[in-house]
Amino acid sequence: MINIVWAIVFVLVAPLIGGLIAGIDRKITAHMQGRVGPSIFQPFWDVGKLFEKENGVVNETQIFYAICYVIFMAFTGALFFAGGDLLLVIFALTLAQIFLVLGAYSANSPYSFVGAERELLQIMAYEPMVILVAVGLYVATKSFSVSDIASSTVPVILLIPGIFLGFIYVLTIKLRKSPFDISTSHHAHQEIVKGVTTEFSGRSLAWIEITHWYETVLLLGIVYLFFAFNPLLGIAAIIIVYLLEIFLDNTNARAKWQFALKSSWLIAVVVGVVNLAALYVLNGGVS
Amino acid sequence: MTYLAKSPWILHYDASSCNGCDIEVLACLTPMYDVERFGILNTGNPKHADIFVITGSINEQNREIVKNLYDQIPRPNVVVAVGICACSGGVFRECYNVSGGIDKVIPVDVYVPGCACRPESIIDGIVTALGILEEKRTKMVLDVDKKEHRHAGLNPDHILSTGGVQ
Amino acid sequence: MQLTQLLIFLILFPLIAAFFLLIAKKDVERNWIVKLSALIIGAVSVFLLITTYNKGAMLVSVIPAEQTGILMFVLEMLIAVYILYLGITYKKWLAVALILVQTVMILFFELFYAHGVHVESNLFIDEFSLIMAMIIGIIGSLICVYSLGYMKFFHEHHTEMPDRRPRFFAILFIFLAAMFGLVFSNNLLWVYFFWEVTTLCSFLLIGYTKTDEAINNAFSALWMNLLGGIAFTCAIIWLATAGGGMLGLSDLLTTGKAIALIPAALIGFAGLTKAAQLPFSSWLVGAMVAPTPVSALLHSSTMVKAGVYIIVRFAPIFQSTFTGYVIAMIGALTFLIASGIAISQSNAKRVLAYSTIANLGLVVACAGIGTYEAIWAAILLIVFHAISKSLLFLATGTVEHRIKSREIDDMTGLIVRTPKIAAMMIIGIAGMFLAPFGMLISKWAAIQAFIDAPLGFLFVIILVFGSAMTVFFWAKWMGKILTVTSDGKNIEGEVDKSEWAALLSLAGLSFVTTLVFPLLSTVLLEPFLLFNYGHVARLSQDNIIIMILMLFLIVLLPLSILIPHRKHRHLAPYMGGRTTTQDMRFSGSLGVQKKTVLSNYYLHPYFGEAKLRPLGIWLCSALIVIMLLATIAKGVIL
Repeated sequence: MINIVWAIVFVLVAPLIGGLIAGIDRKITAHMQGRVGPSIFQPFWDVGKLFEKENGVVNETQIFYAICYVIFMAFTGALFFAGGDLLLVIFALTLAQIFLVLGAYSANSPYSFVGAERELLQIMAYEPMVILVAVGLYVATKSFSVSDIASSTVPVILLIPGIFLGFIYVLTIKLRKSPFDISTSHHAHQEIVKGVTTEFSGRSLAWIEITHWYETVLLLGIVYLFFAFNPLLGIAAIIIVYLLEIFLDNTNARAKWQFALKSSWLIAVVVGVVNLAALYVLNGGVS
Repeated sequence: MTYLAKSPWILHYDASSCNGCDIEVLACLTPMYDVERFGILNTGNPKHADIFVITGSINEQNREIVKNLYDQIPRPNVVVAVGICACSGGVFRECYNVSGGIDKVIPVDVYVPGCACRPESIIDGIVTALGILEEKRTKMVLDVDKKEHRHAGLNPDHILSTGGVQ
Repeated sequence: MQLTQLLIFLILFPLIAAFFLLIAKKDVERNWIVKLSALIIGAVSVFLLITTYNKGAMLVSVIPAEQTGILMFVLEMLIAVYILYLGITYKKWLAVALILVQTVMILFFELFYAHGVHVESNLFIDEFSLIMAMIIGIIGSLICVYSLGYMKFFHEHHTEMPDRRPRFFAILFIFLAAMFGLVFSNNLLWVYFFWEVTTLCSFLLIGYTKTDEAINNAFSALWMNLLGGIAFTCAIIWLATAGGGMLGLSDLLTTGKAIALIPAALIGFAGLTKAAQLPFSSWLVGAMVAPTPVSALLHSSTMVKAGVYIIVRFAPIFQSTFTGYVIAMIGALTFLIASGIAISQSNAKRVLAYSTIANLGLVVACAGIGTYEAIWAAILLIVFHAISKSLLFLATGTVEHRIKSREIDDMTGLIVRTPKIAAMMIIGIAGMFLAPFGMLISKWAAIQAFIDAPLGFLFVIILVFGSAMTVFFWAKWMGKILTVTSDGKNIEGEVDKSEWAALLSLAGLSFVTTLVFPLLSTVLLEPFLLFNYGHVARLSQDNIIIMILMLFLIVLLPLSILIPHRKHRHLAPYMGGRTTTQDMRFSGSLGVQKKTVLSNYYLHPYFGEAKLRPLGIWLCSALIVIMLLATIAKGVIL
């Protein structure tokens, strides 16, 4: 069931893949804007630089939260790639995210405070849909175990297309892409300075960046689960989904949190009810 | 070369500029000049920045702010004064409320004169700043090493420079 | 017979303690009696667990039933007269009317039907009763111990209120006795008697301070619970007439749905009132005017737990019936709406109250669905909720005495100002919503249970939204406590030893139960489920190992602060470059000093009480009417 090797591979390799994805993302974004853009290795250089900088903090507890954030995110991803229980993965993901929020709160700074509150709003916005993904995958494959879902031959995407669309919608929030980069973003300026990450600098900021790479890989792993019956299709889906996210990022202005919350809940309710009800009927009254 | 020079993040502050230079700073980000090619980002947050780009001159209102922002940028950091007002006060030098250039409050590493500066000269100034950033970094590492040697009961002067600054 | 004696001891001993507390006037005497009794009650509960955990369900029938029955009837009448008297004194006519109706019904029953009723065994015990007894015996008595320090402080600082502590502590112990009686009774008449005693105790405790607000809230708690009491009486009368005089819980649960469904629905309704489900949620929120230990007791180990206890008891009857689904839907909607309202609350005790209502809603939802997996989740929820919620209430009480406020925004920087109590509070909050702590395990179990149940996806969808809101309001509270204020001074001072003892034990319990929960599940829950449902639910071995790993990570990581680290340069928080003082004051325009005030998001326009509560009340009232009508219609037709 649990495959330790995969867990270790994830912990070691995911930052490399995640960083590369971020680099490619920046390159493509630049091209979409008619610019040349930085090297695709730029994210690594950024993080390298942050490690070289002095570690300035508002108070020492921030470092603790940043470290917890990266450890629990790596743990979550490792659990996922080791084939653990998908619901447990989601709960661990929330736990990791809470550490970032607490780090922002601990600084007692207005900007990071607003960032923290907005980050919580974002969590509230995407959480229902993310759990529904696990539920949908369970209904489709009769298992919560990632290893079972990944090795299932059921064409999951045909059974839960609605849930997949809902997940793509909240993925925009999770990847901190416009229009839902309301708590912090990878864009240069925003109205709340840098939101949750405002008070992090140097090393701690580097850890947060690495955590984001871990998270990206984990989330794309969840996208793969919908197409696991055909690995090639799965990889194609990951690429298309990510390109779509970049496209959305570059064509949308930042939305208000109200819109983020309302729209993602509405979508979660609609796709959740419709898709699960359809499956329920399809399975002859046994969900 | 360290990573520092490959990823300089900028904090842009308008002290009391007429906005002429500010527009030119922002012009650097446009597809025409695209400073992100060099990994340069305009962060808008001192905690994330490496290079402090200031336009305009010092007056009583912004004296403290410039100083605070400078203090909040983690070391090593460099200051680039963009525009003649930031360099020396420019035509406003004699005004009753203007104290002069940025160097009245914080040490400036690179002066980029011009009214307004051209984006090319701003980019040139920042590239010059990268070299200084590098030097400061070497010095910082050296200082830490010396301190650790002192803690270990060794003579700090026995450390040879690892390159860069003597 | 040892078991009989143990059960009777647990019911009667708190009464003896209550009697002595009533006559002990000195602080020292009271301290000794409470501590000693708490110790004895806790120890005997544990002893009961050790001696009976592997014996399954057991009936006890040695007690002189007839005499006890008469005694109970007399006491019921006395309670009714007392409530009637108070109701008339305070001109609360609704309560008067309800108690009159109820008394008439009980008299009617006693006169015409009581002789036809015969219950072989009046007491019984099974694994579920044992778990409830543990909660009452350990958490309940810890709260009593905590009250010692709290009430002393309370009366030192509220000199305008008469010191009625002897009465207060006596009622606390009577409450425990009634709860023990409730969970050990097999005879429904006995359950009903203890049920009424808990109603009375909660009424008296809520009104303890005798302020206008306290009296009003006490009466509103009273009339809602009396409504439940009337439903209970109806159930008893129905059983005595149509049900052929079958008033034994164990018999009733095995007879099948044809006879048991109508009384189950009525008792379920009584359970909903006692568990403060919508539309009856307001009494529990109002109950927070009472001193904090009372809230802790009502919310964690007594009162509301009696409500969910009885609903979970009847779960086998509810399973896959329309009635069951409607009850489950009431619970689920309560969970959703109460969680939403909790977001908009800034008062810590109100947040706790709504969170209790929400979590009980989840228990009711599980019980209404009634599959073995759902019951597993329900019992786990009851256990873990009791621990975390009592810890949170007690910590809030202690904090309140220090910062003189119950507002969450005033709790900014508690980690600096009262570090030890803040740590207790954090453990409590983490226990409520974070992996790998107990409540999250239970929620996880609930999701799995719902999705495996017929039509369960509807409940899953409600659950996921409710739990997302839960994350929001807990995390923002947690963030406020953990904010490190640079000007914070330690104001913790001397915390009373009895308060510490209770807080530390509960914090320890929340770790230990999370750690040994697999054991709890195998030893107590699985036999119970196997006996009642023929199936067992459990977490897989892998998941348990991962949860324990996470628990260790969570425990070990904070220790990393102790590791010496490199010196960091301290930067001021970013304030747009403004010069800021230590206490976050900055000079605004025109040189006026301004204070930075950071307040949480409460999102009133979306989650305000005024908006969501009426909605919940209408929806759930409609569902209750539908449930009762449908059940009775079905029963009559059959």
